[in-house]
Formats: sequence, C-alpha cells, structure tokens
Amino acid sequence: MYERKLGDVVLRVEGISLSFGAMRVLNNITFDVRQGEIRSIIGPNGAGKSSMLNVINGVYHPQQGTITYRGETRDQMKVHHAAEQGIARTFQNIALFKGMSTLDNIMTGRNLKIKSNMLQQAIYWGKAQREEIEHRQKVEQIIDFLEIQAIRKTPVGKLPYGMQKRVELGRALAAEPDLLLLDEPMAGMNVEEKEDMCRFVLDINDEFGTTIVLIEHDMGVVMDISDRVVVLDYGVQLADGPPDEVRKNQAVIDAYLGVSN
Amino acid sequence: MLYREAGEFKATYQADQAILTIRQDRWFMWAMLVVAFLVIPLVSSEYWLGTIMLPFLILALAALGLNVLTGYAGQLSLGTGGFMATGAFAAYKLATAFPGLHIIAVILMSGTVTAGVGILFGIPSLRIKGFYLAVATLASQFFLIWMFNKFGWFTNYSSSGVISAPPMSVFGDNYVTGPYATAEAKYLFTLTLVVLFALLTKNLVRSNIGREWMAVRDMDIAAEIIGIKMLPTKLKAFAYSSFLCGIAGALWAFIYTGSVEPQAFDVNRSFQVLFMIIIGGLGSVMGAFLGAAFIVLLPIFLSNAPHWFGLNIPVDIISHIEAMVFGGLIIFFLIVEPHGLARLWQLLKEKLRLWPFPY
Amino acid sequence: MRIEKSVIYIFLSTLFLMVAIPWAVGQLSSDIFFEWPFFFEVAIGGLLAGVMYSLVALGFVLIFKASGVFNFAQGAMVLFSALTLVGLNEIGLPMWLAIIVTLGVMLLLAIVIERVVLRSLVNQEHIILFMATIGIAYFLDGFGQTIWGSEVKILDLGIPSSPGFYFDGKILINDFDLVAALIAGILVLSLALFFQYTRIGRALRAVADDHQAALSVGIPLKHIWVIVWAVAGIVALVAGIMWGSKLGVQFSLALIALKALPVLILGGFTSVPGAIIGGLIIGAGEKLAEVFVAPLIGGGIEDWFAYMLALAFLVFRPQGLFGEKIIERV
Repeated sequence: MYERKLGDVVLRVEGISLSFGAMRVLNNITFDVRQGEIRSIIGPNGAGKSSMLNVINGVYHPQQGTITYRGETRDQMKVHHAAEQGIARTFQNIALFKGMSTLDNIMTGRNLKIKSNMLQQAIYWGKAQREEIEHRQKVEQIIDFLEIQAIRKTPVGKLPYGMQKRVELGRALAAEPDLLLLDEPMAGMNVEEKEDMCRFVLDINDEFGTTIVLIEHDMGVVMDISDRVVVLDYGVQLADGPPDEVRKNQAVIDAYLGVSN
Repeated sequence: MLYREAGEFKATYQADQAILTIRQDRWFMWAMLVVAFLVIPLVSSEYWLGTIMLPFLILALAALGLNVLTGYAGQLSLGTGGFMATGAFAAYKLATAFPGLHIIAVILMSGTVTAGVGILFGIPSLRIKGFYLAVATLASQFFLIWMFNKFGWFTNYSSSGVISAPPMSVFGDNYVTGPYATAEAKYLFTLTLVVLFALLTKNLVRSNIGREWMAVRDMDIAAEIIGIKMLPTKLKAFAYSSFLCGIAGALWAFIYTGSVEPQAFDVNRSFQVLFMIIIGGLGSVMGAFLGAAFIVLLPIFLSNAPHWFGLNIPVDIISHIEAMVFGGLIIFFLIVEPHGLARLWQLLKEKLRLWPFPY
Repeated sequence: MRIEKSVIYIFLSTLFLMVAIPWAVGQLSSDIFFEWPFFFEVAIGGLLAGVMYSLVALGFVLIFKASGVFNFAQGAMVLFSALTLVGLNEIGLPMWLAIIVTLGVMLLLAIVIERVVLRSLVNQEHIILFMATIGIAYFLDGFGQTIWGSEVKILDLGIPSSPGFYFDGKILINDFDLVAALIAGILVLSLALFFQYTRIGRALRAVADDHQAALSVGIPLKHIWVIVWAVAGIVALVAGIMWGSKLGVQFSLALIALKALPVLILGGFTSVPGAIIGGLIIGAGEKLAEVFVAPLIGGGIEDWFAYMLALAFLVFRPQGLFGEKIIERV
C-alpha cells in the first residue's frame, strides 16, 4: 500500500482489564490509534472485541487501565462525554430505533447539534424550522452518500438486515464524528454488499478524514484496508502492527487455527 | 384515483416536512376545522355540545398528554387522573385567590403547576422502567387524590364539600364558566384551546425533542450513546404531558362539570385515558382524538342500543354488560390492530391511494 | 438461592425501621400509644394480612414468570371465582361440591383465555398483552356480576372469626387470620417448590423468557399457558375464599389486586419468595404505619402508604428485592 499520511495519536488505551464478576473479558490491553488511521481489531468469537469498543465509548467501565482521548486521560469514559467528544459507533446487533423511519433515525444522530429549545420547537415557525431544514440537508447528503434514498421514509424495523446496517452507519455519520467505531459492519452481507460497505468505509476515511476503529471477521477486507491491526484472543492481546506483520505472527495463526490454548 | 400522491412533488424540504403532505389530506383537515368551528355549534343541541363534545374534547386533550408520555416517550403512566386533579385544584386556588386573573392565565398557570408536579413524580423514571414504573405512577395517583381529599386548604375549607368553579369570561360578557355560560361559548373556547395544543404537540413530536422521546422509547441505551441525555428528556416528557393533563383537568372542572371534585379524577379516569390511547393508537396525535371519540361515544351507544331493539334491560345490568363489551372490544382491537384506530385509518388511506387498483 | 448482600442490608434496615419508628413516635408523641405487646399485636395482625396479599401477588407472579404477561385480570379472577363459588352454593350445592365445580370453572376459564386471547397475541410486545388482560378484567367483572348479581354475598366457612388471646392472654390475634395465613402459607410453599424443582416448572420459566425460543425447543406453549392460568385461577379461588369470608364477596374484591401491586414491586415481578416477603413487609408496614404514624398526619393513609413504601424500595433496587435485573447488551 502507498504510504499514508497518519497524524498523531488520538486515542490510547493502556492496561485495560475488564471483568464481569468472575469472568475476565479483557486482560491488560494496550494499543493506540492515530489520526486518520483505519485500525482493525480482530480475533476469534468471544475474544472481547466488542467489549473493547464498549470500553472506548463508555458503555463498559474497566476495572483497570486508562483511556486517553484527545490528550485527556481518564479511568473510564462516560457515554455522554464520548458522544460530545466526537466518538460515534455502530453495533454488532443493530441498535436502531425500530419505531422510526430511516430519515428520523439518521436525524437523531444530529441531536447534539440542534440548539433550539422546546418552546421554539413547539411553535416550529422560525428558528426550529430553519434548524430542521438545515440539518435535513446534512442528513440528505449522508443518505446520498450511502445510496439509501429509496428507503428514507420506511420504518427501519421493516428493512432487511444489510440495509439496517447502512442506516446505522448513517446515524453514526450524522454526528460528524472524529472517531468512528464500527462493530462488524459487514456481518451477514454478500460479496456485493461487502464491497459497497468497504467503499463507504474507505470514502469516509478519505473524504472526511475520520479515524476509524473497525472490528471485522473478513480477513480479506481487514488486510486490505487496515493501516494497523490488533489481535485479541480470550481477552488477551496477541499482536499489534501492520497487516503484513500480523499475518505472519505464529500466535495469531495458532489462535485462528484453534490450536489449544 | 381520487386520493393519491402521484404528481405531487415536493420542491423543498419544508414542503416535505409539512404536517399534511398530500393535498387531499389538507382539504380534509380544513373541512374538519370548518365543520368543527362553524357547523357543529350551529346545528347541535345543548345536549350534544355540553354532554358529548365537551368531554370528548377535554379527554382528547388528556389523551394527547398521556400519549406524549406513554406513546412517544415510552413511559407507561397510570397517574393521569392525579395530574388532572392537580390542574383542577390549581385552577380553583388561583381563580379564587386572584379573582381578577383572566381565565386563559388561570388555565396556563394551572398547567404549569401540574408540569412541576409531573416532574417531581417523573424523577423515579430515571431508575425504574416498564411495569414497575406504571405501578410507581399509581403511587402518585393515590397520593394526590388522598391529598386533595384530606387537606381543606385545597377547597378553601368549604363546609359543604362542594366547590364550584367561579364564573369567568374570555372577554366582556362571554362567560365560559359558571351559570351564565352558554353551551356554544364553552364549546368554542374548549375547541380553540384543544386545537391549539394539538398543533403544538404535533410540532413537538416532529421536532428534535419528539425524536429524542421516541429514541428513549425504542432503545434508551442506544439513545444515550448517541448523546441523548436521559434525565432532561424523560423529565421534559413528564412535564409537557402533565402540562396538558393539568389543563384538561382544569377545563373538566371549570367548563364541563362546573365543580371541582377529586372523584372525577380517580384511578378509573387514569385507566380510561390509557384505553383511549391504546385504542386510538400509541404514538399518534390523531390517535388521541380517535380513541377519545370511541371511549366517549361507546357507553352512549351501549345504553341506547337496547332501546332500538325494543329491549328493556335494568340499568345496573346495562353497566355490567357495558363492562363486558368494553373488555371484549379492547381484546378485539388488540388482536386485530394493536396499533389502534390511527393505524387502521392509515391503512385505509393507503388502500384509497391505490384504489381502484388492488395493489 | 443466592441472596445478594444489598438485599440483606435493605431487609434488615426495613425490619429495624419498622420497630424503631413506632417506638420513637410512641416516646415523643402523646397521641400515640406504644407498648411492646400492643406493638406485636399490630405487627402480627399486619403480617397475617400480608400473607393474604402474598397470595394474590402469587397469582401475578405465576403468570408473569410463565408467560411474561402482567395479568391485570388477577383481581377480577379473585372476584369471579368467589362469586361463582357463593353463587353455586346459594343455588343449592353443598360447599365441598361447589368448590370442586368452581375449580372446574376456573380451568375452563384458563382454556378459554388461552384459546381466544393468548393464542391470537403470541409474540406481541408485553404491553399489548398487559392491555389485553385489562380487557379480560373488565369482561370478567361484567360477566360475573351479570350472572350472579352484584349485591354483597356472605361466605361462611365455619372458621371462628373472633379474636383469641395468645401468649398468656397479652396479645390479641384473630383466629381467622391465623387459619387464613396457614392455608395461604401452605399453598405458597407448595407452589414455590413446584416451580423450582419440577420439569413443568422449568418449562414455565423457559416460556417466560422467550415464546419463540420455547416453541422451537418443543415446549407445548398452549398446554403450558393453560396450566399456568389454571393454577393462577386456583390461587385466585383460595384468595377469593379467604378475602371473601373476611369482607364479604363483592366488587371491591377486585380492587384487592391493586393492593398486590406494591407487593410485586417490592418483591420483584418474577419471584415467588419475593411475593411472600414483599407481602409480609407491605402488610406489616401498612398496619404499623396506620396505627403508629398516621394519627400524626390525620389518618387514612392506607390508600397510598403501600405504594409509597414500594416506591422507596424501588429507589434502592429498581428491579425489586428479588426481581431479575434486565441486562441489555449492545
């Protein structure tokens, strides 16, 4: 791959350990993410990858370790703080608002940017309406980008799985995030859909300069688009480095082949 | 053929976001408003205006309030009656303590007081969800009614126990409460207020706050993750909902019954309003009206129906049969269309769009 | 059964407060009369009433555990079963036969409910099912009273209802309450064991978690539901007999259900031991508050005290003492 211009470290997790009761989910995980990078986290099922993302944006609080984002170090991230600081994400088991349409779901992603208060919204004429239209324009740009114009008014509960994943990505993009966490964005898709999704991820990184942390099982995709890869297995960090290095790492190969642990 | 969107292109987002986007819908709405404001007062009897339209409108307002809280924000509440009572008593205390206050001011202020009470009883919703929350709202219901019954301060220490609403007018001699008020005046006043609040509510639910409420309803964890704060969002739902319910209570006491009594707002009232939004359709402004119409008209229909068949059934058995029919209808609706009359209405419109084609 | 530490703390604090507050109030205020034998009398009376609450709450828990449905009609079932029993008795059936026939009626009711309501609403959201049970409640209320009439009926079981002196004649306890508590206790215990240790009990718990999943592993949903509603019907009948003998069989019996709700919040909707302990706490708490605290505020707090008490518990444990914490995974 050509040399990419990557910025400074924007996120650093150090010594993260997470347990649920007696079950140890993450064990002393340390890695960093650079500005503009596409960073992948890979590993067999149950390795703790989703939990790692949950720690980064504050859904889970680790028992040990620190998270440094944009220069601030803390023991745990608060969910609301993460959203305000420009972290957005998608989920393995889609977390869309099933009772709303595609358009409305993506509009909810703009909620932090909408400033009108309740009274103004009740009256609607004037500031609230202007804001709605302004944000609607932004959202329509995202809808164009993701090629989901046809389903914008459909309640998301009725959409097929692949489409729902796209809408979820749209909602994350609506927040104009600096750091985008994607949890298996291509799961359950056929080749064409995967190629589309890949294209979106690369475009997002390219056009908007968004830093991306990606969990994915498709090795072809991961090796192709990632700048660096972290490998987890049973909560333990096996490797960390560019795709080519990781691919040759014996511990990683053993983990994937199921050599006994 | 008659009813379609084909050929209607929206050139601006503004047009697309309008409340009614299909031309025929707009005509229908204007027609309804004309009928409501002009035709009905002219052709209806006092009985219709006073005993059917008034409770319908006022309960529709309460249903609107509850629908915001339960249908849009997903917080199941069985405390509607208590909040209506709060509005009624607040209005009474305000009207008697400050006799010069205009009725609109009294109504808005009593709504605001109720909003405050609603926020207070909404605080548990931050920790408690679902059925547990519903039962917790029953606590507010029972407590509020007990409080209004117990403490004489609320009734200005009335010895007879019957407190009537003082006569108040909108302007000049146009009384809307008390013995001088005409049925038409009461009807038009209530109608104006209810239509206004329906509009405000519709605006709210299609704005950011409406989406925040629905997000909390659908998946609150995800809502938090994208930046929606639970505390303000839920409390705003309780506040606005109680605001509407309080106003409904004030209207009920002042304009409909003319007296302020806690029994009118007991736990049965809470259930009644809940049925309205279930049958009408959760999460729908139109649903509040459809449900209210259904619930208000049904008992009248049931008590008169036997006469049409020439049967003479004693009154108490009629009320039991009413309960049976009522229960049966609820079950029927839930099986056939769990999303209520509003959804049936939508389906009808969709069929109309295609008519005369089958698909 | 593992009990969390916080539950034990809350429970002990409650016990402490239930003794300390009446005592303190008794020392400080001349309006309140406090003496230990009297205190125990009130407390025991409250506990006995609490067992009866538990009985009604148990019907809720059974159905909720097994079908995830919050059965608002439980109170109506209590009333309906009692009405049927008394009605049959009045038209000439001897009591023992009337009881058997009523049990049959409740079984029939369970079958009808399953067939008409539950089957049509399989896999709908819980709130829809809840509202359907409200419909059933209204229907049963109307139906029962249409058939059997709405005057108050006397239900005489031959149990003495005058108080007897116990503990060296110092404490007055109602004999009837004792017998009722005993019967209720036996019923509750057997049901708890049934749920925990039998195959059917396990199947019930599976169904409560996920209808579709239970179906896919071959659990006969329809049979399970009929069983559960029938058992709930039996519980309703026993509750109806107990309460009916005490208060007379009348419409307000259905409102007893509303009293069971605070018990459920306190104990947790899915817990049989929770229903028991919750009932005891609410029963005792209510009586103690009414006697020792209420005179200070003007009396009559029975309407809402149980709810406020339950609400206070919820603040510390939103899922009730023994309820299941709902964990959502993202």
